[in-house]
Formats: sequence, C-alpha cells, structure tokens
Amino acid sequence: MSTDTMEMLKMTGQQAVSAALFEAMENDPKVLVFGEDVADREGGGVMGTTRGLSSKFGDLRVRSTPIAEQSIMGAAIGAAMAGYKPVAEIMLMNFITVAMDMIVNHAAKLRFMSGGQSQVPITIRTLTGAGWQTAGQHSDHYEGWFAHTAGIKVVAPATPADYKGLLLSAIQDPDPVLFIENSRTMFVPGEIAPDQGPIPLGKARIAQEGSDVTLVTYSGMVANCLAAATHLAGAGISAEVIDLRTLSPWDKDTVLASVEKTGRAIVVHEAVRHFGPGAEIAATIQEDLFGKLKAPVRRLGAPYCAVPFAKVLEDAFLVQPMDIAEAAKELRARG
Amino acid sequence: MAQTPSNAQSNTASPDAAAQLDIFRRMLRVERNDDATRAQIRRGRITAPYYSARGQEVIPSTMSHLMTDEDVICTIYRGIHDMVAKDMPLRPLWAEICGRVDGTCKGKGGPMHLTHPETGVMVTTGIVGSSMPIANGFGWASLLDGSKRVTVAYFGDGASNIGAFHEAMNLASVWRLPVIFVCQNNGFAEHTRYENGTSVDLISKRAIGYGMPGYTVDGNDPFDMYAHAHVAIERARNGEGPTLLECKTFRFMGHVFGDDDSYMTKEEKAAAMAIDPLPRFRQKLVDSGVATEEQLAELQTKIEAEVQDAIDFAFNSAPPPLEELRRDVFAEEIPA
Repeated sequence: MSTDTMEMLKMTGQQAVSAALFEAMENDPKVLVFGEDVADREGGGVMGTTRGLSSKFGDLRVRSTPIAEQSIMGAAIGAAMAGYKPVAEIMLMNFITVAMDMIVNHAAKLRFMSGGQSQVPITIRTLTGAGWQTAGQHSDHYEGWFAHTAGIKVVAPATPADYKGLLLSAIQDPDPVLFIENSRTMFVPGEIAPDQGPIPLGKARIAQEGSDVTLVTYSGMVANCLAAATHLAGAGISAEVIDLRTLSPWDKDTVLASVEKTGRAIVVHEAVRHFGPGAEIAATIQEDLFGKLKAPVRRLGAPYCAVPFAKVLEDAFLVQPMDIAEAAKELRARG
Repeated sequence: MAQTPSNAQSNTASPDAAAQLDIFRRMLRVERNDDATRAQIRRGRITAPYYSARGQEVIPSTMSHLMTDEDVICTIYRGIHDMVAKDMPLRPLWAEICGRVDGTCKGKGGPMHLTHPETGVMVTTGIVGSSMPIANGFGWASLLDGSKRVTVAYFGDGASNIGAFHEAMNLASVWRLPVIFVCQNNGFAEHTRYENGTSVDLISKRAIGYGMPGYTVDGNDPFDMYAHAHVAIERARNGEGPTLLECKTFRFMGHVFGDDDSYMTKEEKAAAMAIDPLPRFRQKLVDSGVATEEQLAELQTKIEAEVQDAIDFAFNSAPPPLEELRRDVFAEEIPA
C-alpha cells in the first residue's frame, strides 16, 4: 500500500520523535539514547519524549546522565568512535553552550583532523524556541553557530513527518547531526504516514507553491510563513514557502530555482537576525541571481537582544505572520 | 614513594625481567624519538609546534606494557610519548608531524591531533582536559560490547583544574566505567607552577570526592608505576570501575619547544635531570642482570635506525593535495 492511499495518522512532532527513536533502536542494536532524565526511572525525559525506551531496550542502551553536558557529549563521541550511534539529548539548546568544546572542537573535527580515520556518527537532539516566557537562557535558536562549524550537520524540522523522517536519517548519518526541536510547534498535531521512513538530509520541502515571492524558512517559522502566505493570498500575492528542513548543508538548488521563478525572496528565522543564518542565504541568493531579482532580498529574524520575558516583549521578539506579510507586500510594491 | 590517600588498597605487583626490559624498550623508543624530533626542529626541517615530554617516559611505557592491543588511549597535545610507548609505528607518525600525505592523518591533523586506531591511539586533543570525557565513551562501549577492553585517559596536572576533569570523573564513577585516568603531574601547567594553580597537595586526593581509588605514584619509577597501574588496569578489566593515578614526574623542557622556561629554576631542572629516569633505569637493568650492556646498546641501535627510517620516509613523502580541504569534513566529499 502506498503512502498516498494509506490512511494518514495524526501525531505531534514529539510523538514522531519518540516513534523514530523506538524504530531506530529496534532496527539497530548500535543505537543508544542518553541524556538528562531520559530513562523511565526519571520519567522518560522532562517532556516525556523518551518515555518507554529504557523499559524496552534496557538501562545500558538508554541511560540517564548527570546534569553534565560536557560529559554527555564526550561519552557520545567516544561511544560513536567505538562503533555505536548515540542519540544524545541536550535538554535545551542554551545548555549546549557548556558542551561547545566537545561538539565544535571534537565531534565536528575529529574526522577531518584524523584524515578520515575517526568517525563520530552522533545525533544531538535539543529543544528550543520562544513563546513560553522562559526568557534569556531557555529558548534561544543558536543553529547559526553550528552551521558555521565545518563537520556537523544541522537539521530543524517543522512537521511531524519530518521530525520522524529526518531523525531516522540523522541517526544513520555517518557524521554528527544537531537535531533541533522547536518548542512552539513540535507539540502541534499533524499528518504523518504510519510507515513514514527516513527523509534525506539536505533536501528542502516546498511547503506551499507560489509565484510572486519566496519565503525561505525552517523550524518554528514555517508555521508563521504559512500563515503569512494565507494572508497574502487574500491580498492577491502568491507566496511560495520553502521549508529548508536541513540548515547545513542547505538546499541551494531548491531555493535558487524558486527565487529565480518569483524574483523576490524573504528569509525568515527565529534566530537573531544580526549575523544570523539569513545573512548567508540572502548573500548566496544575491550572488547567484543578481540581475534576476525584482527587489532586494529581505531578512526577518529576532531583534539583537536576549529572548525577553514579558509576554508583550516576547511576542514582539518573534517574527509574526503579519511582519512577514508586510515585508512581502513591500517587495511586491517595488516592482 | 606511593603516598596514598585513605581509600587506596596496597599494591604489590612487580615487573619480572621480561616486563622490565619491555618497559625500558618503550622508554628508549620514546626518548630517542623525542631527541630526534627536537633535532629536526632545531635544524629548521619541521615548523610544527612541539610539546616535549622528555622526562615523562616511564608513565606511558609502563601503562602500555600492561595494556593489550585492544586497549585504547585518549591523549593530549603533549602525548607523542604516549603514542610511541603504545607502539604506534613511527613512519606515519613522522610523516604527520611533517605535514605529508603519508602521515597517519594525511597531514591534516599534525602533531597535536595524531590518531592511529590500529594501535589504540584513538583521540589526541589540543584542548586541556578534553581527553577525559571522550575516554568515558570508549569505556561505555566496552560495557555495551561486554568486552574487557580498558581505556586510558592521559592528561596533565593542569587539566585536573578544568571542568572536564570533574564531569568525567563523576560520570566514570557513577557508571563504573573501565577507564583509568592517568594524570602526568610534571609540576607545571604550561608556565604555572603546580601550587599556584592547584588547590590540593596531591591530585589523587580528588579521587575521594568521586568515590574512586586514587594513588599518587612515583611516575619516574617503573616499579612503583607498575604496581599501581597493574591494580588500576585489573580493576577496570574486572568491572570494578575507574581509578585515578597521579604520576609524579618532571618536564625537562619548557611548555612548548622554544620557550625560555624562565618560570623554572635552573636548580630544580638540574636536580630533576640528575635523576633522569632513563639512564637510571638502564643502569638498574644492567646492575640487576636483567640485561647486558651489549643487549641494550643493540636495542638502542635498532631503535635509532627505526627513527631514522621514519624521518627519511617522512621527508620523502609529498605534501597533501589541495583536494584534502574538501575531504573528511563529512564522510561524503564536498563537491568542488
């Protein structure tokens, strides 16, 4: 039975992640899961994402760790080099800062520095996203740091199907992968095929086709771009929404083909705009499509400040659908 | 000397004649290789940063003697002695130091990132302290594999003050990992004298706080090293968990080749060199009848030939092609 005719399931991104972990552990005895509170004795994760894994696969393959991110990443690297495929959870993305040496100096570089003798097939799952008033140290999007680091892939899904399919691919990838879960959108149910398999890394998804402007985005901002596109359709502007799914390596071909068609591009992300991933994408578009653009490439991201606490500030910090729609209208008005 | 904190057991294992000779062979290989490296740098033939471990030969030579080929090490930038003692072949080692394509890392890692999995040299880090958290991962893999493989994490006294030490020691203890933490206490953290940077008189005392045995060992005495290393390795192999070995030694050279080591006194350096562990152990082997002068001279000739062969090999090897910039970033080559 093909996916087209199969009845789709309703599932959240979190449930899809859980399903991927069960499937990966079932299919490959080398897959390990560990991190703070991930085992069932500790409740199967603070969000419950890893619930049931340790009961099914045992306490040696699914281990809760001390609150010690550096040692979590170190153990992941060593076990990976010894032939395992660890899925290490760093509870929240801000906590990754205390493990940066392990990730940047070691996981990402050991293959290159060893001339290909070492491989570090680890997956780092981490959750983040503003919108819950968790303020400046619990909700940052730091994917730009890792996209800037050679040797680690960065994946940021937006739909339940992608959460499962991309995680399955990340776990089997021979290189380190940072897998970013967005806290505003991963608990929202969506459709997923019951037999959803791996989705290749590095391939974007056209979330909505359009002809007047291309919205390039990923992770939690896909939802805001789709909402903006709906609004724009009412205003007679046809927006194409590209969900990158993988930020590094990113799917230039799909983005450039779309912008060549529409002539207008807006890059939208939750990360701070200043030196954010949008700068790289916008620069690439302008380098490759100079002369074919009908308007300058725009970037929309968070303002240059820490994630604020007060609700009114937090709402203003995040790029909202109307911000995107307004920017698209401005580009359309330029020609 | 073995000043031991209260949680230590007594250690009595002693190396037999064959073991003594093997430890000496490794020490001599380390020392001859170090001497040749410094000579090549002085002659301007190598431009790499070099962190000599002259004076610290006993520690990895004894550890390596007690390790099997399956056992692995995670070491640091001042770790070429650890690799040579583990019997890493010298040709790919020298070609790497020279930045050549036949280097063990194809010339892409250099002396601070030498890697040679076939002899168990798994990771060499240029970041102080970072050998320890990674060693735990190899230890965990041993438990998962159900194997008896042990992992040795080498680091210096300076690294016992960085956070990675604390996190790694704690995790290794909680998970009872088959890891031996071997601190080569040479008295200096880069330029900083031990007591100006470290809160306790013995680093081994820190083991108490992690619930694991800790020993302070005379790292220049193969017999004391052997007795304690034996206990630590057996403990790890038998699933009893990690051990911290603080091995006291002295770094004859400055932090990095070419520094003026003005932070060391001439007197303490002269005193340390006067009891250089290498000639001291050599004399002991002769005096006790373990080896004859002729045997040891022959061994030295053989080792020097091996080193010279490696040097010739390295300088005859080509520099790496520029395509290497796109290789090994990921498993799949990055398109041009």
